[in-house]
Amino acid sequence: MSTTTLPARAKSSGPGGSRSRATGGKKGLAKALVPFGYLSPTVILLTVLMVIPIVMVIGYSLMDNVIMKKNPQFVGFKHYSDILSSESFWTAVTNTLFFTGVSVVAHLILGLAFAMMLNTDLLGHKTKAIFRTIYVLPWLFTVAIIAVLWRLLLEPNGVINYLLTASHLAGSQIEWLGSPETALFAVTFINIWSGYPFYMTSLLAGLQGIPGEYYEAAQVDGASAWQRFTRITLPQLKPIIISMALLDFIWTTQQFALIWMTTGGGPLGTTEMLSTFTYKLAFTKYQFGAASASAVIVLVISMVLAFFYVRAQKARD
Amino acid sequence: MRKKFLAGIAVMAAATLAMTGCASGSTTAPTSAAGSSSAAAEEVTLEFAQWWEPELPANALRGLMDQFEKANPGIKVKLISGPYASTKEQVVAGAAAGTMSDVVGLDGAWVNDFVKQGSLANLSELMKAASFDEKQLAAQVQLNGSTWMIPVANFVYPMFVNDDLLKKAGVSAVPTNRTEFTAAAAALTKLGNNTAGWVLPLDSSAPNGIQNDVMSWVWSSGGSMLKDGKPYLTGNADVKSAMEFIKGMYDAGSIAKGSFTMKEQDKVNEFTNGRVGMMIDSLAHVNLIREQNKDLKFQVAAIPSADGYSGKRGMPYASWGIGVAANSKHQAEAFKLVAFLLGKDVNATLCNAAHAFPGNAQAVPDFVNSDPIFKQAFDIYQAGTPTNEFTGLPVAEDLMRSFDEQFQKYLAGKQSADDALAAAQKAWDAAFAG
Repeated sequence: MSTTTLPARAKSSGPGGSRSRATGGKKGLAKALVPFGYLSPTVILLTVLMVIPIVMVIGYSLMDNVIMKKNPQFVGFKHYSDILSSESFWTAVTNTLFFTGVSVVAHLILGLAFAMMLNTDLLGHKTKAIFRTIYVLPWLFTVAIIAVLWRLLLEPNGVINYLLTASHLAGSQIEWLGSPETALFAVTFINIWSGYPFYMTSLLAGLQGIPGEYYEAAQVDGASAWQRFTRITLPQLKPIIISMALLDFIWTTQQFALIWMTTGGGPLGTTEMLSTFTYKLAFTKYQFGAASASAVIVLVISMVLAFFYVRAQKARD
Repeated sequence: MRKKFLAGIAVMAAATLAMTGCASGSTTAPTSAAGSSSAAAEEVTLEFAQWWEPELPANALRGLMDQFEKANPGIKVKLISGPYASTKEQVVAGAAAGTMSDVVGLDGAWVNDFVKQGSLANLSELMKAASFDEKQLAAQVQLNGSTWMIPVANFVYPMFVNDDLLKKAGVSAVPTNRTEFTAAAAALTKLGNNTAGWVLPLDSSAPNGIQNDVMSWVWSSGGSMLKDGKPYLTGNADVKSAMEFIKGMYDAGSIAKGSFTMKEQDKVNEFTNGRVGMMIDSLAHVNLIREQNKDLKFQVAAIPSADGYSGKRGMPYASWGIGVAANSKHQAEAFKLVAFLLGKDVNATLCNAAHAFPGNAQAVPDFVNSDPIFKQAFDIYQAGTPTNEFTGLPVAEDLMRSFDEQFQKYLAGKQSADDALAAAQKAWDAAFAG
């Protein structure tokens, strides 16, 4: 387009053409800058709130012990090599993968099951409203409340142990959060409990958007309930499922408050996550350089996941 | 078009100005506005960040600040209060960013790192400039020959004993040595109904159990975890003996379950609910225990020592310390507030409200004579030696955490005491070197 426009303008300029070219140039520049003017508040905000902090953290990760030293020295990728060769880091990676993977899968299965239950015609409106309220409850609590609540429930003298021993399902008190054998499962369970309503509400909206004619036609063709689920429901929900699973994966890898308030990464490091590992480096060891390197590693992992999320969104559009 | 362009630029400028305004929110700037009188221009607002206000009765600290403001016209105090953990994070972040509040509540465990970082003002110099009489202070936290923190209120950690449970278990006297303690803990555990003899919080997110509940056994028997100010864990018979003593009770099931992720508050809950016979805890919790369980009969005693030890017993303590930020533009005014809180009468009032022992050597809070438990504690305090070897050490909380991790492995039977001590020594040496 520009190749045809510009010669046309040049042709129309007679005597004094250079003046009008100058005026036209200024106008063109002004016109071109207008969108940037409107965009600038967002650009400035993004720069101040995101770009600068990220660049600063990347810079910190290359210094020996920034913040704690007045004149930190450049050490290159030393922190990265230290962290990547640390056993604790890989324990944290393994734990994070387990915690995240199991949470995302369980969130999806539970969310879909409850959403389908709330979407069925077999239940009346009042019953659905009651179930909907009950199912969504975990989502209404803040992480702090969830942590305190489950600590109380799971403590050796808590309700869960009381019920188990009273019903003879357990012979003695189980240290759910305090035992290295059960702690990771316990925190993962708590995270599943607190996160499934997000899937449930989103999938319920997705289910309600599937035209009823699809199911009617399938039924006429003699499709079983399972076939209707696998051939209609799942394909229709696929874009939502992919988007939510990726978002959940990103959020869960960064889960900090729940772990910190229930187990603090213990016992014996069995619930140490990337988030608690990074936090400890910064706020208990005061190794801000190493903590920044760890944060950058988490950022890179998140960027990879974000890339897939954006790609899934584009495919959906 | 030109108008549109200018409008766009105007929006951009407005946003920039708005953000610049937000970003320049000063923490310590004088509160004068342009055009105000010269008297108002001299007014200074001090920020005082601490975790004390939530732990004191309502308005106790604000009341003292009002008193200070009245005595010092032109100085206002803005209290920034929060729980201990969030105050710590805020102070650490403030130190890193150079926006630390003018006056800060400090824990002795933080001091070394802040001094290294250069974020605390030298109180020795401020005391000298203000002609402050240092002799009135009960203690000062010093590094490199200078004072950086002054304890305002001290909380000792004696042993709490549930009288009713002890009686029920047939234990006639409060244990004074480890053998008696082990026997009493076993007898209490035998009561059944999920009762335990002792409670040991080892949660790694708040590893102060190592200081208060583990090292206290070393200090109460005259032992030390340091030699010439350096870590001394490998080959330390005193520390190893305390570890073995605790492991013996752990294996015997005399310690309340859930130790590995138990926090200090859980420990207090277990004792308050009458499920635990003995605990080592801060005197600050006496009122809390009384409020939550009015029927609980308990007393405090010195922490039992190793068998045969007859010397002075060390007893852990924690302080509400105070310091001044190096970045404060009003250090002289900030020190006025420090001096005010450490004055004989004000300090006694504050410690009365907090049920703490005073930072001013001459202050005598009323509660010491009016309450039998505090009287008991004060007697123990005076007979023993307040000890906290973590105060002033570099990355003190992380030292506790690295010891905690090794100690947990030892308790879980995954390594020997010697291996745990060697691993902790290695971690501590690295922390000291770093």
